[in-house]
Amino acid sequence: MNRLHTLFQKKQINILSVFFTAGYPKLNDTSFILKELEQNGVDLAEIGMPFSDPLADGPVIQHSSQVALQNGMSLKVLFRQLSGIRQHVSMPLILMGYLNPVLSYGIEKFLEDAHRLGIDGIILPDLPPEEYEEQYKSLFEKFSLSNIFLITPQTPDDRIRKIDGLSDSFIYMLSTSATTGTRKSGFDAHRNYFEHIRSMNLAHPLLIGFGIRSRETFEEACRYAAGAIVGTAFIEAISHDEDLSGQISNFVRSIRLK
Amino acid sequence: MNYEVSEKGFYGPYGGAYIPEMLVPNITQLRQSYRKILESEEFQRELQQLLRDFVGRPTPLYYASRLSERYGTRIYLKREDLAHTGSHKLNNALGQILLAKRLGKTRIIAETGAGQHGVAAATVCAREGMECVVYMGETDIARQAPNVARMKMLGAKVVPVTSGNKTLKDATNEAIRDWINHPEDTYYIIGSVVGPHPYPDLVARLQSVISLELREQLRKKTGNTDPDYILACVGGGSNAAGIFYHYLGHQAVHLIAIEAAGKGLDTNETAATIKKGRPGIIHGSKTYLMQNEDGQITEPYSISAGLDYPGIGPMHSWLYETGRVQFLSATDTEALKSALELTRLEGIIPALESAHALAALSMIPFKSSHTVVINLSGRGDKDLAAYTDYITETEKPNQ
Repeated sequence: MNRLHTLFQKKQINILSVFFTAGYPKLNDTSFILKELEQNGVDLAEIGMPFSDPLADGPVIQHSSQVALQNGMSLKVLFRQLSGIRQHVSMPLILMGYLNPVLSYGIEKFLEDAHRLGIDGIILPDLPPEEYEEQYKSLFEKFSLSNIFLITPQTPDDRIRKIDGLSDSFIYMLSTSATTGTRKSGFDAHRNYFEHIRSMNLAHPLLIGFGIRSRETFEEACRYAAGAIVGTAFIEAISHDEDLSGQISNFVRSIRLK
Repeated sequence: MNYEVSEKGFYGPYGGAYIPEMLVPNITQLRQSYRKILESEEFQRELQQLLRDFVGRPTPLYYASRLSERYGTRIYLKREDLAHTGSHKLNNALGQILLAKRLGKTRIIAETGAGQHGVAAATVCAREGMECVVYMGETDIARQAPNVARMKMLGAKVVPVTSGNKTLKDATNEAIRDWINHPEDTYYIIGSVVGPHPYPDLVARLQSVISLELREQLRKKTGNTDPDYILACVGGGSNAAGIFYHYLGHQAVHLIAIEAAGKGLDTNETAATIKKGRPGIIHGSKTYLMQNEDGQITEPYSISAGLDYPGIGPMHSWLYETGRVQFLSATDTEALKSALELTRLEGIIPALESAHALAALSMIPFKSSHTVVINLSGRGDKDLAAYTDYITETEKPNQ
């Protein structure tokens, strides 16, 4: 049982998850951003571990990753920043990033350190579910970490069932096949897909990500899933060199009233 | 020892498909169909006819007599520079577009470093009347201008890439992003034996025509299908994969791969992945790559845009670890010197990439009885600016 399980037991609607890149805009903003997100009522946070070659990301997250790395961010630095975070923040926390830095750190050590610091879930989009199942599932379980998988409108039903079976907290449902931050026109084209997934009655709740950037898109997503994930729009909102606290609370209020 | 790709796409521990879910449907479709299509009679009929009449294959095997005299051994050049579009890259682009057509795709994307693969992709797209988008780093657009002009004349859209060092790695990132955003109509013609499975195997199979021809040509010229040495440059490693392919099981044939050392292995400006890298994940494949201690991919450097890449095909990582292939490296200066030497001795201007393979001639103690084959993977017209600078520098009269 980790905090993700508790959250989804308590709450099945209007869940708001926020993604940001650790080390951006400033190297040491990580724990401040987490505290502010929680104070503004965000339900869970995804902490992006920056990578030099983020090939599933659009320009905004590419830029934030590059700045974060230039600021000196690394897994070692991030883990140092997160030590003690559980004295201040009680919402579920997820680490999200690409596989290479994690392999370089050592995957078992990574999971062990994440668990020790109070992390609840991991998203590694370029770790194939098959390899997770064969090589890493028992390690994730040992450290009570949920591995979260992605599905897209092109994912076949049998694969969605398999992913549902491997999941233990929630499924990250992409509104469209795209890199992050791609502005595609509304959700109209995806309604059939959302309806279809809902009709599959999966064992795990879904959070919809990609294209959530306003109250309208958030509410639309919440009609079909347990909630939604905001990434690029949040990073854009905190990119101005001014009052970080104010930017965060304004942004969260623009997406969801408490 | 087994050098073939496994069912799951691995060469030893290397390879695989480490891709985000958005790419899984396309990669699965390709994985499930590529061998069936490649091995079908009607595909082979079309491919073989076009390799002959459009690409101009078989490419000649040329005995380089003056070069042989210089190095005291018997040197043959496999003349991939004489293939249509000026390099071995067309073998692969042609095969892949025929595959893309059979998969019902209507839009082609490609990455390019030196522009040779971009030109090959643009060429086959022109022939098929298909939309073609080529991603190319801004640094490479500047240093390989003639190929940019060719791609545009062929009707391709060349998209400048401005991330990272603005070279091949960054162009590949951008091509993959394009594919993620166009999951249904688009086929990605990858240019080397890199990327997620099945690309490394697909590209190696399409390039293996080089060693298939070589065996027959050597048999006719020397009475023996097997040479003593085969030399090829490696960036991603497609020309090396092609000329090694049918010799991997022939242990008596020494296979030598030459990486680009850039300004030297003792500097940070190098692209010698095997020498300076360690295993990790790049562009969806587990393989050697150049990275810092935090697992961030480091920027490579080579004067040769086609070798300026921080990774290497997973089969080469395995061939290195098993000891089947010996890895050497040549610096910018050694490559330039060797290019000029070949030009003046044999009347052939090689591509800067291929010049790295030539540079290894002075590194190996050949016997006069040895048969040595060098894969002359491309011609050097695109590199005239770099060659002209070098000649001006080295041949200026003493003051």
